[in-house]
Amino acid sequence: MTAPQHDTSAETPAPVSVADVPAKAIEGRSPGRIAWMRLKRDKVALTGGVVVILLILVAVFAPLIVGLLGHDPNEFHEDMIDPDLGTPLGSFGGISSDFLLGVEPTNGRDVFSRIVYGARISLVVAFLAAFVSVVLGSLLGALAGFLGGWVDAVISRVMDLLLAFPQLLFTIALVSVVPNSLWGFEGSGVRMGVLIVVIGFFGWPYIGRIVRGQTISLREREYVEAARSLGAGRGYILIKELLPNLIAPILVYSTLIIPTNILTEAALSFLGAGVKPPTASWGKMLSDAVPIYQDDPMYMVVPGITIFITVLAFNLFGDGLRDALDPKGS
Amino acid sequence: MIRRKQALAITAVIAALSLTAACGGNDKKADGSDDKGDKGYSGATASLVNASDAKGGELKLWSPQDVDFLDPARAYYGFVWNLQRLYIRQLYAYDSKPGAAGTKLVPDLAAGEPVLSNDGKTYTVKIKDGVKFEDGSPITAKDFKYGIERVFAQDVLSGGPTYLIDLLDQGQKYPGPYKDTDPNKMGLKSVETPDDHTIVFNLASANSDFKYLLAMPSSSPVPAGKDEGASYTNKPVATGPYKVESFASGKGATFVRNENWDQATDTIRKGLPDKVTFTVTTNPDDMDQRLLSGDIDLAVDGTGVQQAAKNKILKDANLKKNADNPYTGYIRYFAFPQTVAPFDNIECRKAVIYAADPKSLQNARGGPTSGDLGANMLPPGIPGSDKKYDPFNLTSGKPQLDKAKAALKACGKPDGFETTIAVRNNRAPEVKSAESLQAALAKIGVKATIDQYDGKLSSSTIGSPENVKKKNYGIIVMGWGADYNSGSGFLQPLVDGSFILPNGNNNYTEVNDPEINGLFKTAAAAATPEAAAPFYGQINQKVMEKALYLPINFDKALIYHNPRLTNVYFNDSMGRIDLAVLGVGK
Repeated sequence: MTAPQHDTSAETPAPVSVADVPAKAIEGRSPGRIAWMRLKRDKVALTGGVVVILLILVAVFAPLIVGLLGHDPNEFHEDMIDPDLGTPLGSFGGISSDFLLGVEPTNGRDVFSRIVYGARISLVVAFLAAFVSVVLGSLLGALAGFLGGWVDAVISRVMDLLLAFPQLLFTIALVSVVPNSLWGFEGSGVRMGVLIVVIGFFGWPYIGRIVRGQTISLREREYVEAARSLGAGRGYILIKELLPNLIAPILVYSTLIIPTNILTEAALSFLGAGVKPPTASWGKMLSDAVPIYQDDPMYMVVPGITIFITVLAFNLFGDGLRDALDPKGS
Repeated sequence: MIRRKQALAITAVIAALSLTAACGGNDKKADGSDDKGDKGYSGATASLVNASDAKGGELKLWSPQDVDFLDPARAYYGFVWNLQRLYIRQLYAYDSKPGAAGTKLVPDLAAGEPVLSNDGKTYTVKIKDGVKFEDGSPITAKDFKYGIERVFAQDVLSGGPTYLIDLLDQGQKYPGPYKDTDPNKMGLKSVETPDDHTIVFNLASANSDFKYLLAMPSSSPVPAGKDEGASYTNKPVATGPYKVESFASGKGATFVRNENWDQATDTIRKGLPDKVTFTVTTNPDDMDQRLLSGDIDLAVDGTGVQQAAKNKILKDANLKKNADNPYTGYIRYFAFPQTVAPFDNIECRKAVIYAADPKSLQNARGGPTSGDLGANMLPPGIPGSDKKYDPFNLTSGKPQLDKAKAALKACGKPDGFETTIAVRNNRAPEVKSAESLQAALAKIGVKATIDQYDGKLSSSTIGSPENVKKKNYGIIVMGWGADYNSGSGFLQPLVDGSFILPNGNNNYTEVNDPEINGLFKTAAAAATPEAAAPFYGQINQKVMEKALYLPINFDKALIYHNPRLTNVYFNDSMGRIDLAVLGVGK
């Protein structure tokens, strides 16, 4: 678009005010704005983003949604269950206008309500654990990359150590020794706290390594040299010069570890290290479904698809965001 | 009072470790059939199915649970006691007959009933002529005494029931035959062997249960010359129709014919198959599929098929006719430790019992096939039990919220209270039961938190009164089956105050009531099991009146057997298909 304008400007001698032309022809766009424009063009990423926003809304307004469309998530509806077989009456896991996604085998709890409330657990754990990872990872990664030397060596070895650590086994062992009430929290609150800390703590080396690599390549750039030769201190360079350039990879990586965290939380719940009953959780629903999947496949399909859609949406959005923020992208 | 603490500690460990710790010997009523009139369904609980005397074939037994020990002194799993009917015999054994006859003890290696003298304190038993070990040597009174002495060597031979030590040691502190100073290893004073065919037991006091103890595998004869101590479990010397050909821990065992077993000396066993194989699997669902397709004959662990196979069987009349739904002799229950407030107050205990939804608890365990609605704390079939005794009207199947709220008010907690339910994390039906009670309690304002502890550690978690108090476990989910067919075998560990242990405790409610403790002593002194029965009935009533337990069910299992099996019946003393007479058809 700009090239033809240059051509025409050669033909038209009319004096154009200097202030007008650049404003119209050569638009000064911030990197953020460029990224947003690219993102808007990426329909797949946008769809992912919309689903993510919907999920967040569902989690936030869970009591309202369940109040309108479902039943209390912990209320038993045993009249909906065949007592001999333990399976829901009716087809497709007891799906009806009353129970939108059917009922749980054995006790007849409303699957729709439990999925909605389960979104809270999944998203809260995933977001807060991602926050822990990002804070720890970017701080320590940037320090290692920027300072180098023994600081880098120590932090890098710690990251190697954590990456090699059997996280699932550790978490299962930890959960069994954590008491029922801790620091004023009780029951599921304690479990969620443990999950957030553990998942977040074991997740930071992934982001730490990326930030460290990025920092090493940035610290030798001319503008950093310039700042340094002007007498800028280390803290100033780290925060004012390097950090703004690290925002993009950190942001992208955050959106990509959230789905990983959702999967880890589901896996831990599946293995019995998740929130305590009767709190609903997607992973726990899946593990409850295993012994009865031949008779009531819907109870496995519903949480399975929910986890699938959630993880896919976050991944698509994260991928789109990475493409949009890529300085070499078109 | 007889000290049985050690026996109990071991019982608790075994119960905790084993999925199938049905400690055998319990009497069950055999009316597992339901009213749907399916032909053949649950037939084997009431009568002998597919009678035949045809010999030959290989009986293929599978189990998801390995044996604890093949050694008669060390085995404690109920299904192993059933396996042992194949290769070892005792003085007395449960008759191989369906119905109540199967709970009666008949002479096996003994020539007749014991002769009681000295006010019931001395038992004199004559041994049958012509009975031999697998190597052809005759079984003598000394072999019985040696077998019983081995039980005392708990440092080498741990694992089995230790009731014999409690009854026969009588202050001697006998260390077992390996540390015996007697050159013939015959140092136990309370058992005498005047000649090779006579054995005399001198008890400190009369005990109507003693014959049951003589029928336990731990009272089997062992030839001193063949005893290899701890490794005897790999090749115990056989006296029954089969001998152990090979055994590999975690894999299984093969039993082949014992040529020195004589059918003429044995009224209990038939010895029909040529060979019996026992295979351990890690995949119970795979085992169920093999069972339904006819590849294998029986899941010998006796805990019943998994949910997937269960639903397949119940939906298919062809499969259902080969299935049975017997009582397992277990009661599943909630216990209320009185040391944890507010369960020190009987009204608060009553509130929980009335608030519970019995039907929902039954569903949590797997519906009506998993057991009848619980009513009291003595399982059907044990002498003195009464299935209809239902002081809390639990068999109505409905929560009684009005009564629950009234009890809460009487307890001084009209708005409810907070408590913790302790449940083993490796038992899905128990976790579901806890969730059901949690939901029911929420309706009367009682907020219960579920603590799922490591099920393998139950003897130190809920078995430690100190820990129960510390963790505030107001409600404990558990199950219990008797070691032998008597009210004391079931109730005493649960409600006798002298059985409270610092670790491996089973008296979770910590009831220590002089009246109950006294009734146990009275019952033990009774001349016969029949005379003792009413006392156990009274204990059951006292326990229920104190509202210490909320019984969930009288447990049942859905057991499928290969239709080619012959002489199939459930022995009511074990709640299991009796291996002693089982044959393999075409």
